[in-house]
Amino acid sequence: MAVEPHTVEHTARTLMDHLPVLQVLIPFCTGPIIVFLGSRRLAWPLAFVASALSLIVSLMLLWQVKDGGYIAYTLGGWEPPLGIEYRIDAANAFVLMLISLIGTITLPYALISVADEIKRRDHTLFYACWMLCFTGLLGMVATADAFNVFVFLEISSLSTYVLVAMGADRDRRALTAAYDYLIMGTIGATFFVIGLGMIYMATGTLNMADIADRLADQGANRTVRSGFAFVIVGMGLKIAMFPLHLWLPKAYVFAPSAVTVFLAATATKAAIYVMLRFTFSVYRPEFTYATNTLEMIFLPLAVIAMFSASFVAAFQTNFKRMLAYSSVAQIGYILLGVAILNETGLTAGIVHLFNHGITKALMFMGVGAFVLRAGGSFYAQIAGLGRQMPLTGAALVIGGLSLIGVPGTAGFISKWYLVQAAFERAPDNPMYLAIAVSVVLSSLLAVVYVWRAFEAMYLMAPATDIRAKEAPLLMLVPMWVLAIACIWFGIDTDLIAGAAAQAAAGLFEGSQGMLEMKGAVH
Amino acid sequence: MSELFDLRFLADHAHYFLFIVLMMTGLYIVVDKTNLVKKIVGLNIFQVSVFMFYISIGKVSGGTAPILPMDDKFHVDTEAMAGIAYSNPLPHVLILTAIVVGIATTSLGLALIVRIREAFDTIDEEDITHIEQDMTREDNAKHGNAMGGMA
Repeated sequence: MAVEPHTVEHTARTLMDHLPVLQVLIPFCTGPIIVFLGSRRLAWPLAFVASALSLIVSLMLLWQVKDGGYIAYTLGGWEPPLGIEYRIDAANAFVLMLISLIGTITLPYALISVADEIKRRDHTLFYACWMLCFTGLLGMVATADAFNVFVFLEISSLSTYVLVAMGADRDRRALTAAYDYLIMGTIGATFFVIGLGMIYMATGTLNMADIADRLADQGANRTVRSGFAFVIVGMGLKIAMFPLHLWLPKAYVFAPSAVTVFLAATATKAAIYVMLRFTFSVYRPEFTYATNTLEMIFLPLAVIAMFSASFVAAFQTNFKRMLAYSSVAQIGYILLGVAILNETGLTAGIVHLFNHGITKALMFMGVGAFVLRAGGSFYAQIAGLGRQMPLTGAALVIGGLSLIGVPGTAGFISKWYLVQAAFERAPDNPMYLAIAVSVVLSSLLAVVYVWRAFEAMYLMAPATDIRAKEAPLLMLVPMWVLAIACIWFGIDTDLIAGAAAQAAAGLFEGSQGMLEMKGAVH
Repeated sequence: MSELFDLRFLADHAHYFLFIVLMMTGLYIVVDKTNLVKKIVGLNIFQVSVFMFYISIGKVSGGTAPILPMDDKFHVDTEAMAGIAYSNPLPHVLILTAIVVGIATTSLGLALIVRIREAFDTIDEEDITHIEQDMTREDNAKHGNAMGGMA
């Protein structure tokens, strides 16, 4: 007996219905197009158009889901669990927006910075790699298929290694930085795959909602627990969670300036999103093993990261390296918010994910402008440059204040939420009072390391008699867009905090949220 | 005694032991060896262990290769299908993807080693560390005396 082919009802789809996949597909196709055209003049415009289109798509997606709900998109019309599903809700629409926003703002900046730091013949391939990295980051956030996350993770990682190694034209240490990152990153990604294998053994599915569904039925067992542990350690390496952060400082310091801007603001953030998705949606908050992990392991490690990395940052002689260590500390704040385990804490984590993204991008852009004019980022080299390049200097001051968390800047909002979240848990557990205090104390360390940079920029005598020119307009505009954003989001909190609260609420419903969503599909 | 050496248990789980031994071998090589190429080899062994783990969990006991029987018109023969157990092909497909990723990682790693060899004239991690320490010391001697030597 032969099986008749199914008759599928055909429904016309518009471009709007395809937004979730377009988000990933636009940069994904642009990368190879740049390579095939092989034209250095066309590479940058194509990359910029693709990024701008991605930004528009991500804003349209965020608009549709910002009040709750989700968009499910089945690739090729294959229903999950057989096919791969993309699922956009408030949490990942928010991260998609951050990634494409930073990508779009960084590219104009990159044009001059890359021309200065990388050999001309490599420019075409550089932008192709950039597009692939962009694709990978967007893909791992957009997808709702656990194995698909791994594939996109590797797309972004492999292109990141190449981008970091491009710094070799300036300093050969970029090569070993890229190599170290490759070894650590591959171990991390492979751990993630082992975890997925164990989850697959226990549930027999790879669709996240489906996994959540089946895990809820079977409860905890050893396979499920070790799967969780492997996923978290694997993602921890990608996040640069203390003490798995060893690859980060070297990679950030020796990568080309534009690459550092892009990576610092997006790569670790996408990995944090995946970790959140696994801890809160795939495993549920009621799955005590996961919440215990957060409370017993993440919380202390986050606090240690906040202090130790800030402390190390305060002793650096190189602006770029100082910012790299500061990143490790700031990731500690994000993880602390998550580990406090209430909705305010999760909101704080997600708000800080965004605020730290724009702040750190701004800071690294400023350093990149100094590198362009002074040839290096050591404090001795940038001495007095803040006075000679007043617009760059002023933007860096705004970024530095936001990094500290001064009221009126974006950084203040996230720390406010963080302290508030800790106080909410304080009545049950006095330990959280100490955590609220530690947030404030470690911010004081940030004052120290940011002040040292300001001192070098403004108070020290210039190293040479040659006056440095102000940074070119194409670098200043992205910098000031971000600087204004830092202040804007420090005063008008509705937009970011509102979206983050919605995302946190969605995540905190855990698998319950996922299950209800699943019900809505059928 | 029988609880400690439950042979049946060991035999049933042999593939897991194999997976763990391979995985640890690979990880150990990555951590221990200073030769950059050997590290890549270790990374490969580590990844292969995961491939074997995935492939082994796809096996259904008594299951055959997941190829559907066809009739003479190349339609799936559902009558012949009944009663046949198939192994799960999905993990194999996933691993095909992972193998491609592994090859990409290996080639990129080796390409980086070639560049490192050109730039440092060695592929031994300890030598490279020494060279980099010297470079850092030079940098500090040149630029580190800002802020009265406190920077």
